[in-house]
Amino acid sequence: MESAELLQRESFVEKNARQRVQHLVDAGTLRELLDPFERLSSPWLGLQDIVTQADDGVVIARGKIDGVAVVVAAIEPAFQGGSMGEVGGAKIAGALELALEDARAGKPVVPVLLLETGGVRLQEANCGLAAIAEIHAAIVALRAHVPVIGVISGPVGCFGGMSIAAGLCSTLIATREARLGLNGPQVIEQEAGVDEFDSRDRPMIWSLTGGAQRHACHLVDKLCDDDAAEIRTAIARAVAQPVADLPRTQAVDAHLAQLRSLDTSRRADAEWARQVMAHDIHGAGDPS
Amino acid sequence: MQRLSLDYPAGEPAAQRALAGVVGSGDLEVLLEPAQSGRSTVAITTSVDGVNDIWTAVIDRIFADTDQPAVALEINDFGATPAVVRLRIAQAMEQAASGQGSA
Repeated sequence: MESAELLQRESFVEKNARQRVQHLVDAGTLRELLDPFERLSSPWLGLQDIVTQADDGVVIARGKIDGVAVVVAAIEPAFQGGSMGEVGGAKIAGALELALEDARAGKPVVPVLLLETGGVRLQEANCGLAAIAEIHAAIVALRAHVPVIGVISGPVGCFGGMSIAAGLCSTLIATREARLGLNGPQVIEQEAGVDEFDSRDRPMIWSLTGGAQRHACHLVDKLCDDDAAEIRTAIARAVAQPVADLPRTQAVDAHLAQLRSLDTSRRADAEWARQVMAHDIHGAGDPS
Repeated sequence: MQRLSLDYPAGEPAAQRALAGVVGSGDLEVLLEPAQSGRSTVAITTSVDGVNDIWTAVIDRIFADTDQPAVALEINDFGATPAVVRLRIAQAMEQAASGQGSA
């Protein structure tokens, strides 16, 4: 890409969570729920001498995207690594549960999740994990009624229990800068040793867990550049899609067959992973 | 973590509330709400200990003009430099005056 073109482009990654929501939602339709002035912040961080953020790092907003009613939940990557605490997690879970009530009442609202998170907030442990479990359950219930859209734009990526939430989404959109994985590089290195996974080897990490690789392995449906307009267009297309016949995570037999074909005595690399996962189990494919 | 409260003479209440920044590394969050006429308050929570004198000097300077709108500021700081403190407060003040709620 030409440098002039790069300079012209409006970055999505560089926006904070609230700016991302403002960018996505049609002008004049945005209504934030539990905004920062409600001061629903973490009751746990202060006890541990950590400064809180007034919205606990999660922005919830109702609005429309190209006329389609949506509820956007955006995690702030800069606050505590986008970690999911009790309050932020409950805000997302509550928003999804309200969307489910609306869907069942015949007033569909499409959830859009901006997943920018290292997973559970360790300082809040089980309270955060409980919220993540509620988020999973709500996504599974919702996707029978409406498409559930996940977006991982970077720079944090999406890890831990929230990577499962990403996997449960009907459509997952990512950039090259994004990463998706159950465990982050440092956790894998700590558990399996530096010979197995060197957490400082950034090209290797992105080659295995980066957005482009996850797209090639059909774990991500749509790969976008870090371009605010392109990402908005991809989200607008996804929210207007019909409900998927077979969500990725219900194609259990096909996934098991893939896993059985693996030779686990061999060390995985990016190319081999692409070969093993060449078949798109999801079926929906690239929505573009 | 330390807390610090300051107050200053001020003019009429600010037009509306506003928000600027996030509690990220080297940054801070400012929540601005209109206060009662004549007095502005600033409540700071900061992750950095032992720099109350610097905070007081920076905020004193920003509120030196006593004709400014009366505001109640809540600041949640994660190690912002004085320049970033000034920038975020200026952003919040500008939004409160311009009619664009929060960013």
